[in-house]
Amino acid sequence: MTDVLELTAAQAARQIEAGELGADEYLDAYAEAAAGEELNAYLWREDPNGGRGGGRDRPADAPLGGVPVAVKDLFCTEDVPTTAGSRILEGYRPPYTATAVRKLTDAGALVLGKTNLDEFGMGSSNENSGYGPVLNPWDRRRVPGGSSGGSAAAVAARLAPCAIGTDTGGSVRQPASLCGIVGLKPTYGAISRQGMIAFASSLDQCGTLTRDVADAALLLRAMEGRDRCDSTSVGIEGGVELPSREDLEGLRFGVPRELSADAEGLEAGVSAAFERALGLIRELGGEVDECELPHAAHGLSAYYVLAPAEASANLARYDGVRFGLRADGDADLLNMYERTRDAGFGAEVKRRIMLGTYALSSGYYEAYYGRAQRVRTRIVEDFAGAFGRFDYLVTPTSPTVAFELGARTDSPLAMYLSDYCTVPMSLAGIPTISIPAGLAEPDGGGPELPVGLQIAAPAFAESRLLDAAHAIEGAIGFDATPGLGGG
Amino acid sequence: MILTAVCRSARCTYDQGVIDRDQVLHVARLARLALTDEEIERMSGELPAILEHVERMNELDLDGVEPTSHVVALENVLRADEPRPSWERDRILDGAPDPSGGAFRVPSPQA
Repeated sequence: MTDVLELTAAQAARQIEAGELGADEYLDAYAEAAAGEELNAYLWREDPNGGRGGGRDRPADAPLGGVPVAVKDLFCTEDVPTTAGSRILEGYRPPYTATAVRKLTDAGALVLGKTNLDEFGMGSSNENSGYGPVLNPWDRRRVPGGSSGGSAAAVAARLAPCAIGTDTGGSVRQPASLCGIVGLKPTYGAISRQGMIAFASSLDQCGTLTRDVADAALLLRAMEGRDRCDSTSVGIEGGVELPSREDLEGLRFGVPRELSADAEGLEAGVSAAFERALGLIRELGGEVDECELPHAAHGLSAYYVLAPAEASANLARYDGVRFGLRADGDADLLNMYERTRDAGFGAEVKRRIMLGTYALSSGYYEAYYGRAQRVRTRIVEDFAGAFGRFDYLVTPTSPTVAFELGARTDSPLAMYLSDYCTVPMSLAGIPTISIPAGLAEPDGGGPELPVGLQIAAPAFAESRLLDAAHAIEGAIGFDATPGLGGG
Repeated sequence: MILTAVCRSARCTYDQGVIDRDQVLHVARLARLALTDEEIERMSGELPAILEHVERMNELDLDGVEPTSHVVALENVLRADEPRPSWERDRILDGAPDPSGGAFRVPSPQA
């Protein structure tokens, strides 16, 4: 029975369509696994005894017919609790379903559960959840990464065949890297953000967390597209091809020093795994050469102005009036707002609201927000220049393997550095994928843990990106799975 | 000195690397957050450390560089203004902490 949990989503969909696998049997296996999970990956689960599984009656020939999907709890789901990982939304049941989720269920998928996350997507370890941290299935003393940590842990631990998440500065790619799975952040605008609870609107993008690259393509294909409810969504012209490429002949790969050898805090084991991956790219016929992204090292600085500034505006809506928590007691209106927000938001969310409010406040706007927007322009130009010479850029996804719970909670800056390699691509809005590149020991010793290889391509070149990732994935042949007992 | 603009109001003075208690309170008030004393203390230490990192941007010459607010080229488009049904009132009020008489009830601004 356990072997159905090893199928990729594409394999399962094929077997269901061919009548070799029962959709109910497949769903039941996952509902049972999710119900017994010990990682705190889920905040809400589909009732294993049936119920609202709207997809059960879907025709088996739909592209995702019978495939259960875990959904980050940042996506609104009609009448299903949606918390954004925050106590301020405890008990909230949205009146509608996010477009991305609806497109998955229209394609035959079923929502298996809602996954844990850093509150409002703010964090790199899942320790900022209002509902407790998620544990890494490779070693339960360690973090799964964040903010889509529940989605990543669920897919890695066979608690879901595939999942969706959101990526603002690395929140799909970094947890995918730390959990040894594939994480895709599409081009900004590829997938509608309607119903995706906003953190930083100019950066937020829905992404996929899957066992392999083909599944990422399958989910992206179902979700991409223009949506009249999100005027920034444009879709992917020409759609998404399922990847088939097995060589890299004639393709040029740039290696930005700033985000690889010179990356802040790069671990020796990560560096070695990255070098091995570059060797495999060459063996597949790819050309590998150094390239420059001169402003990439300033990406984090710009990001930690832009994202908190946008967040401080987006989170103004949580005021205890229309939904979620209200702090009770004798108070005037202003006092009610202030106490509700103090009670409902966690420490990191407050920190970012404060940072963003400060950066946007009178007298500081140009020094912080204006400057950060200009640095963003430089970073966009850096990538445009690099893509003049290269088809793809490759870097490690995270400078380190999964770190221990609590290791970075005392220092916001140490935590922010987790996103060092992923933030520049977010600022440029380009499609980027993380695939498992092998295992490595952390600096200072410890169990071998997954390392991610990050591959970036020009805007809307998803099909090409997935093709190259598919070829490299085949050459790496990563087949390790978490022991699940760890710790 | 990295900051190019300094707020001159009495409650809002900035020395490099220092954000004093009054300034934290001022920003918290703007953000509608009632912070505890412990939180104010922590923010006074953490915010300057983060801002110091952020201020590395000032090493760059950005004269004449246009700001980027959005990476996808978008144009305004107009659509036909066609009325369509909106949410039912009760459906929206269902999620509110204190619905009353078909509206959101809130404490008086001058309780």
